[in-house]
Amino acid sequence: MSAVTGNEWRIAILGALALGAAALIPLADDGYYLSLSVNIALYVVLCTAWTLFSGPTHYISLATAAFFGIGTYTVGLGIDALPFALLVAIAAVMAGLVAGLVGIATLRLTGVYFVIFTLGLAELVRQVVTWLQTNFTTSVGLYVFTDFTETHILWMLLALAAVIYVTGWLINRSRLGFAMRIIGNDETVARHVGIDVARAKVILFMISGAFIGVTGAIMAPRFAYVEPPSAFNPLISFQVVIMALLGGTSRLWAPLLGVIPFTILFDQVSAHFPNHTSLVMGIAFMAIVYLLPRGVVGLARELLRPKAGKRLVAAEEATAP
Amino acid sequence: MSPLLSVRDARKVFGGLVAVNHVSFEVIEGELLGLIGPNGSGKTTMLNLITGALKPTSGRILLAGADITAKPAWYIARRGVARTFQLVRVLPSLTAIENVVAGAAFGHARRWGDDAYREAARLLERVGLSGRADVPAASMTYIDQKRLELARALASDPRLLLLDEWLAGLNPSELTIGIALIRDLREEGRAIVMVEHVMDAIRSLCDRCVVMSSGSKIADGGVAEVLAQRDVVAAYLGDDDA
Amino acid sequence: MDILVTGTVLGGTYALIALGLTLQYGVARIMNLANGENLVLACFSAFWLLSTFAINPVAGILLIAPAAFLLNWLIYRLAMRPLVERAKDRGQLEVDSILATFGLMFIFQGVMLLAFGGGYFTYNFLSEPVTIFGANYGLNRLVALGAAALIAVCLWLFLYFTRYGTAIRAVAVDPASASLVAIDVPRASAFAFALGGALTAAAGALLSTFYTFDASMGVIFTMKALIIVIMGGVGDVRGAVLAALMLGIAETAVAVLVDPGLTLAATYTLFIIVLLFRPQGMFGRKPA
Repeated sequence: MSAVTGNEWRIAILGALALGAAALIPLADDGYYLSLSVNIALYVVLCTAWTLFSGPTHYISLATAAFFGIGTYTVGLGIDALPFALLVAIAAVMAGLVAGLVGIATLRLTGVYFVIFTLGLAELVRQVVTWLQTNFTTSVGLYVFTDFTETHILWMLLALAAVIYVTGWLINRSRLGFAMRIIGNDETVARHVGIDVARAKVILFMISGAFIGVTGAIMAPRFAYVEPPSAFNPLISFQVVIMALLGGTSRLWAPLLGVIPFTILFDQVSAHFPNHTSLVMGIAFMAIVYLLPRGVVGLARELLRPKAGKRLVAAEEATAP
Repeated sequence: MSPLLSVRDARKVFGGLVAVNHVSFEVIEGELLGLIGPNGSGKTTMLNLITGALKPTSGRILLAGADITAKPAWYIARRGVARTFQLVRVLPSLTAIENVVAGAAFGHARRWGDDAYREAARLLERVGLSGRADVPAASMTYIDQKRLELARALASDPRLLLLDEWLAGLNPSELTIGIALIRDLREEGRAIVMVEHVMDAIRSLCDRCVVMSSGSKIADGGVAEVLAQRDVVAAYLGDDDA
Repeated sequence: MDILVTGTVLGGTYALIALGLTLQYGVARIMNLANGENLVLACFSAFWLLSTFAINPVAGILLIAPAAFLLNWLIYRLAMRPLVERAKDRGQLEVDSILATFGLMFIFQGVMLLAFGGGYFTYNFLSEPVTIFGANYGLNRLVALGAAALIAVCLWLFLYFTRYGTAIRAVAVDPASASLVAIDVPRASAFAFALGGALTAAAGALLSTFYTFDASMGVIFTMKALIIVIMGGVGDVRGAVLAALMLGIAETAVAVLVDPGLTLAATYTLFIIVLLFRPQGMFGRKPA
């Protein structure tokens, strides 16, 4: 239990090598491919943070844009007064707090309430921020001038990805992670062995939200000019859901397999067919539900080990009350 | 000294149906109480009120003098109440030993890490599942799942153990083993409330029993005298035979 | 007073959308997040009927609602039914239907953007003022409110005083038991889903007579409708109407008294209060 297994070491080394290789990308290209890499790194971080919560709980969170925007805005408001590192920490705390409040209001209830609440959350925060700015400050937009280049942003995102993976691994080994597995099996049993189910979910949602807030903070220098509609862009929430589910949510690294192809696809679509983005998103959602309900990872498992896969499905069906 | 469990005038109403009607009883430390009655008499609902799975419509429930009425189930579990379920509920995708650790990690005892695994292995052995630690719970037989559930309940080192028809569905030889196991638990001084239909088990194990019928308590006392009571026989067999 | 009348008109439209959604979720068990797009599609249809064939939008409902009924029936049969059949439990159906209807939402939105572009639309219909209690209101708003009320009353009569309406309410309470008393549950679910779509479309046609619409506004309406449904209690017609009126008035009040940019904040405040204190809806019984 407490010892790190050989297999875990191998995964850790492989992961570190992959991150290291990704960190060298700026040496090869500092134009289109670097920018694409930043996008991919961005969605890897967002989707992994999302999966941290939505994977074990099966709650579909659409709050990503809200936490992201909170992070971006924290940097936008404070960049002239405070050091960047401190702002990143404040962003984590702010996003985590909002996640906590949302969680307390909704996570005691069923998934639908949660989805609905998070669906409008980004828009709500955007309205409040806009209102505060128009009434109490002079302009709605904020300038973020820093010395950070695309390369710095990529490195920060990669470092953040490493932190999220390690956090996810630590959670899995902790009481919290074990509690989430029990909750995933049978919530009634979970309560009767002494797990405060709502509290466990709220804590996990706060961790996930804080990471997304940090991501927003890191991305702020890239925007240079921050205003409510761009910081709280609801499309981010949906893209994260699509990519994470496309990869699969059963493992923390699974979303990777959805992020890379979808980011490239979406990049191409928005470059060449800007009017068709909604249609592509819609088709992607339908494809996930009807063709890939367990994500790429789930599909691969079924294909590679057909018998084991079926047994697994049978065991899962036995789980259903 | 206050009793370990004290149920005072508990009442539970579902819509128009009164499932538990002004029931009061007590359990003292180290006692094994049988909670019996015909099907639908409110026994499982009574257990659900004690464990916090349901909130009573009125009345109070105290654990060692502390009010646990309408507290959440996880809170009551941490105060030292563990249970098994009428329809066995294991955690199917976890292994046997993880199922037991689940009972240890969050409840009354709060063990974690190697300590929890050692205790879990000991309990698996005690319920007769030694050597099965890494078997997924979903692939176990019904009787083994029942054993596993008992081990999980014991893992929190509960002050009060609630068994909801834990002996139901066992064949005669399994029943002998099961009865011996419960007797063993009683001898180590653990307070137990068992809801049971197996009369042999009630007669041979219990100090005292409470009889419920249509939601009300109709008898409370030593096993032999209660089972001889006229209205208890009537509740079980119908008035004509009494 | 002004707030009350304007808010009631807005609330009347919300009520129809929410009734549509409560039928879809309460009876067919599908949380249809594409419902707002259905509404917007009806707005565009009303606009198109008026501008091309000079068909009055209120009369246009007679065309739009049956078309929406058919469209939603097809959506249910082709897209939702397979999900219902494969779902192992209600939780899974919930997740699947949420994702699938998100897909529909984006597809509808994409098609409308391609067909009509991203601009704002509005047209003139019965916009002459009417004076009530010394204040002026557009006739179109009052007509819309009247039509909404009429449709809501018809729905109520149907659900509570006809055989098939009773069957639908039975499915809402317990599909398993309903099938035991010889109700064709799949058919009733499809019917309720389609009827819900038709109601929402009717709301859209009425809304378009006094509201500026665009291809991507659907999601906000879906969300408000969802909040109304939860406030009123899932499947509760009376609750939905009352919650819709409350929301309409609260929003109008905030827009007039505080800031028009904060209407969603008003909605959320109501939503949070309901979630914290009465998650079973205003008239819902506490779960046993």
